[in-house]
Amino acid sequence: MTVVERREIALVDLLDRLLAGGVVITGDITLRIADVDLVRIDLNALISSVNAAVPSPFEPAFPPAGPAEPSEEAM
Amino acid sequence: MTGLRYVYAVCRPFGTPLQAELTGVAGAPAGLLHHHGLVAVVSTVPEADFGEEALKAHLEDLDWLAATARAHQGVVDALTTVTTPLPLRLATVFRDDSAVRVMIEAREEHFRALLDRLDGRVEWGVKVYAEEAAAEPVGAPPAAGAKPASGRDYLRQRRARGQAKEETWQRAERFAHALHARLSAHAEDVRLHAPQNSALSQASGLNVLNAAYLVPRAHSEEFVELVDRTKDEEPGFRVELTGPWAAYSFTGDTGGSGDTGQIQDGQGAADVGEGVS
Repeated sequence: MTVVERREIALVDLLDRLLAGGVVITGDITLRIADVDLVRIDLNALISSVNAAVPSPFEPAFPPAGPAEPSEEAM
Repeated sequence: MTGLRYVYAVCRPFGTPLQAELTGVAGAPAGLLHHHGLVAVVSTVPEADFGEEALKAHLEDLDWLAATARAHQGVVDALTTVTTPLPLRLATVFRDDSAVRVMIEAREEHFRALLDRLDGRVEWGVKVYAEEAAAEPVGAPPAAGAKPASGRDYLRQRRARGQAKEETWQRAERFAHALHARLSAHAEDVRLHAPQNSALSQASGLNVLNAAYLVPRAHSEEFVELVDRTKDEEPGFRVELTGPWAAYSFTGDTGGSGDTGQIQDGQGAADVGEGVS
């Protein structure tokens, strides 16, 4: 079996399941889905800001959206 | 006492004892709470960290979140070696044991139905990354640095880049569709997760498929081999397999609806698949 298998489970794979999956029960401490979504957003922000400080050589910042027409004026 | 009860999973009673050294979140040992023929796997957590306000604050702390998620997964993973657990969402916390019992009573039927459905099944995660799609912007800056001689040149370059990008996208979509259709045929259920943000995953390439497949344990080897065979099929794509997981993505509360419908239409996917092969 040679499909790429990681020894350590990536945090993001874990969060896909633990924050978006699993049985949702309103416990005594209620963690609403909305809160969890906020966590993800905050995480994104957190990690992009970390990455901005130490830019990865493989992932230059570029607009994530598709065919926007941004730089017409820049020319 | 200021201990709360953190619940990891609900299972049917199992004969094997839990590993003695199995520690859960916050380092406390996980234990079993039997009630109404079901078992809640629980541990005690400090209210100072798992009370509502504290929990919210902690969840935005990446290190804390990572440690808690890994501890949660550690317990659930240990359970998968002795039974088929029904994993609960991260940070499901109750005041005390009697609150957990009340919860079990209220959801007894639901738990039994889910446990029946998941019995003997595991979840496999499959992700597809398009290497080119992500690599493309790397190529773009030098082209821009080459200073187009005229406005017309510039527009031409831009159009060419746009077309190459579009083709890569279409190829990625075809490949992901075909693979998903093939894997779905070997799974009892599927769920599409949102593609992962590469800033978050730190993975190279653009994540174009992030899917979970529910597969009987007995058929897992076959499924893994199937994924493995796709590996070198298409240049420019990387296929990653994770698992076996407890069936987090198939607990019924979130899965099934909406986002699965769009690709699950096997007919369309199969048509696209022909074009690829």
